Amino acid sequence: MELRPILSTLRHHKLTASLLTLQVAFTCAIVCNVVFMIANRVHQISLPSGLAESELSMLKIAGIDPGENSQARHAADLAALRAIPGVQAAVAVDSLPLGRNDSSYGTCANQQAWNRAMAARSLNGVQGCLNPSVYSGSPGELEALGLHLVAGRDFQPDDYVPAKPGYVAANVPSAIVTRSLAAKLYPGRDALGQSLYMGGRPPMRIVGVVENLLRPRLREPGVNQYSVLLPSIPGEPSVTYVLRSAPQDRARVLGSAVAALTRLDPNRLIPPDGVRTYTQIRHAYFQRDTTMIGLLIASALGLLFVTALGIAGLANFWVQQRTRSIGIRRAIGATRGDILRYFQAENFLIVTVGIVLGVLLAIVLNLLLMTHYELPRLPLWYLPIGAAVLWALGQLAVLSPALRASHVPPVVATRSV
Amino acid sequence: MFGYYLDLALRSLKRNKALTALMVLAIALGIGTSMTTLTVMHVLSGDPIPQKSAQLFRVRMNVFPDDSFRPGDKVPDNLTRRDVEALLRDARADRQAAMSAGAMVVAAQGEPLRVATRYTGADFFPMFDVPMRYGRAWSRADDASRARVAVISSVLNEQLFGGVDSVGKTLQVGEQSLRIVGVLGDWNMNPRFYDLSNGQFGDSEQVFLPLSTALDLKLSSSGSTNCWSRTNDARAADAPCIWLQYWAELDTPAKAATYRQYLQNYIALQQQAGRFSHAGQAEALDVMQWLDAKGVVPADVRLQTWLALGFLGICLLNTVGLLLAKFLRRSGEIGVRRALGASRRAIFLQCLVEAGVVGLAGGVLGLALAALGLVLVRHQPTDYAAYIHMDLRMLLATFVLALASSLLAGLLPAWRAMQVAPAVALKSN
Repeated sequence: MELRPILSTLRHHKLTASLLTLQVAFTCAIVCNVVFMIANRVHQISLPSGLAESELSMLKIAGIDPGENSQARHAADLAALRAIPGVQAAVAVDSLPLGRNDSSYGTCANQQAWNRAMAARSLNGVQGCLNPSVYSGSPGELEALGLHLVAGRDFQPDDYVPAKPGYVAANVPSAIVTRSLAAKLYPGRDALGQSLYMGGRPPMRIVGVVENLLRPRLREPGVNQYSVLLPSIPGEPSVTYVLRSAPQDRARVLGSAVAALTRLDPNRLIPPDGVRTYTQIRHAYFQRDTTMIGLLIASALGLLFVTALGIAGLANFWVQQRTRSIGIRRAIGATRGDILRYFQAENFLIVTVGIVLGVLLAIVLNLLLMTHYELPRLPLWYLPIGAAVLWALGQLAVLSPALRASHVPPVVATRSV
Repeated sequence: MFGYYLDLALRSLKRNKALTALMVLAIALGIGTSMTTLTVMHVLSGDPIPQKSAQLFRVRMNVFPDDSFRPGDKVPDNLTRRDVEALLRDARADRQAAMSAGAMVVAAQGEPLRVATRYTGADFFPMFDVPMRYGRAWSRADDASRARVAVISSVLNEQLFGGVDSVGKTLQVGEQSLRIVGVLGDWNMNPRFYDLSNGQFGDSEQVFLPLSTALDLKLSSSGSTNCWSRTNDARAADAPCIWLQYWAELDTPAKAATYRQYLQNYIALQQQAGRFSHAGQAEALDVMQWLDAKGVVPADVRLQTWLALGFLGICLLNTVGLLLAKFLRRSGEIGVRRALGASRRAIFLQCLVEAGVVGLAGGVLGLALAALGLVLVRHQPTDYAAYIHMDLRMLLATFVLALASSLLAGLLPAWRAMQVAPAVALKSN
């Protein structure tokens, strides 16, 4: 394809061509970043929790009488819940991944690290100390939640200590940590058998490592899997019961569970919004992100649509404007294919310049977003993909005007306007 | 002349309907998305109490003992009861009120109800311009004497007493009874700036009573409580806990400066008294500074606004290109008009009128799109969703934005069009 005639034509339409170039550039920059934001949010909402999510349902019970023996009541409740047909396991827990009820404790890998943190009066930046989220639950929690043990063992019956209301038991002998927490606290060493120093309590022996357990409330990426399980039996009158059943049984099991608990104590409060499947919890947690993803997708498509309209509109104009010259070219021997390719090449040229500019703008925009919205750095492979999409879009948009141009009959050349 | 240009513009727009529709659609999409997000921003970042926002100050301090103090930490929002009582005793502001949120079960006649409450002082009502339907707020003397009095919202008055004047009646709170001294008129602050820690958007509380009374009756309070050492009673007079919110009204900038100086002196005195050895911190933020510091506008909403404005920008670039093509294609017509005596200015104005017509049409369609967008926003499960609506100002702003952006888009094409040389244009025809 000969580029010279295209370039000389564009020189006559400098302003229009550069406007189109700018539009392509801005679209490229914004769409690349928007797609990157979509990818980030999708990654966020699909973070695995480590639980057997599709099999879990939960009831949040609001306690009434702070004076009663909560553990005895929970045990009686759990026995009634386990008797429901279809319930494979039932436990009482204080919080769940994505349940928003987060208690985290300063935790250090060993005595020296703990002393260093005390001297610095802060855990932040102290080697060997982290701030993991702490989960506690009644015996059988691992099994009921479907947590996957990768090393060591589950808690044994004599590990468990009943907790006072509002606290995690202060003197538990053992702990189970997530794999990522173990790797961070004890790099290159086996975490099993190590002593964990948490919030001034007596050291706890790590007896097991689970593959994954997400925090109740997400933080910055990379620390979301820092969790510890403790054999502390919740003593709070308000507690969450987790039921495990086959996925299709969940709705029925929840219904029977409310009925069973009400039978045990007709006066108790079971807030309706506390009776949910785990799928609903995850959905509620990520509601805003889901909305944002929808908005971002809509705006990316809208941008591409408007840009395609702009390209098509301008190309149409150019074809109308140059009908005579197209006729002349046809009359002196250009084929339809030549004319078609001429307009396609012209579009390719404009879009290419736009993309080059757009790639630079995309990087600048990403830097701006990084400082203001804590977005990570745009991976460079987004840029060629964005370029390819815009090239395809440009070609698609110009196709119909270019086809129209190729159908201009040579006889037009002989007519005067 | 304007009428003639309008006629020319309409004729020109009718000649190429597809292109006109394209330009109108582009502007409408840009305007629709921008106005949707700008309306959300407008509501969220609005001044909840414009007549007084520069005179109301949230007081914050850092009086942590040395072992809980970390340099560089943010100043805590709440105060200890000890400091609050000292500030109230000094009463250096024109008005001042400490407060906390709570919840309790009240009964008057029939079923008991669980209601949201605010424990505060007599100054709260004049300070925040709270309207009274019946009776009046309690007095400073009631604060001092821990009087068993309460002010209820019009909603609760409707629920409990069917909306009649209930002043003098009693509310039963457990064993205690509170005498109703006032009923509020309609009063909703959104964002609820006076206490952002218990839901930033929502209805106002249903029962108000003196903080001193609530402490006396040991009513439970909700909201953030932060203690630096173990205590049996976080609400005790000397408890090592920060949990009370403090607002001061200072009617002139000079008084505000004096008050800030007073706070500095207060902190210095506390340091000298040996509560801590660091310098301590004390500040008074006016309403807008306070809202800004608490980040009432979510980051997502800001991002959406930038995205929508970027979208509008691209739609405008699109329109500039199309208008340019359109005007230049009419070089012949413009040449004729110029040859017949129209000045460059006339051509320029004619083109701008055409751009403005496109803009107005885009504005009308954009308004419809924005209304649709706002319906979608209101269906989101966010606490502010119910308060998002387009007021008259935003309605006008839509048309101003549409007109301004289309005129802006028309400037360059019109400039090029007026420079068409009549002789060349006529000859080439």
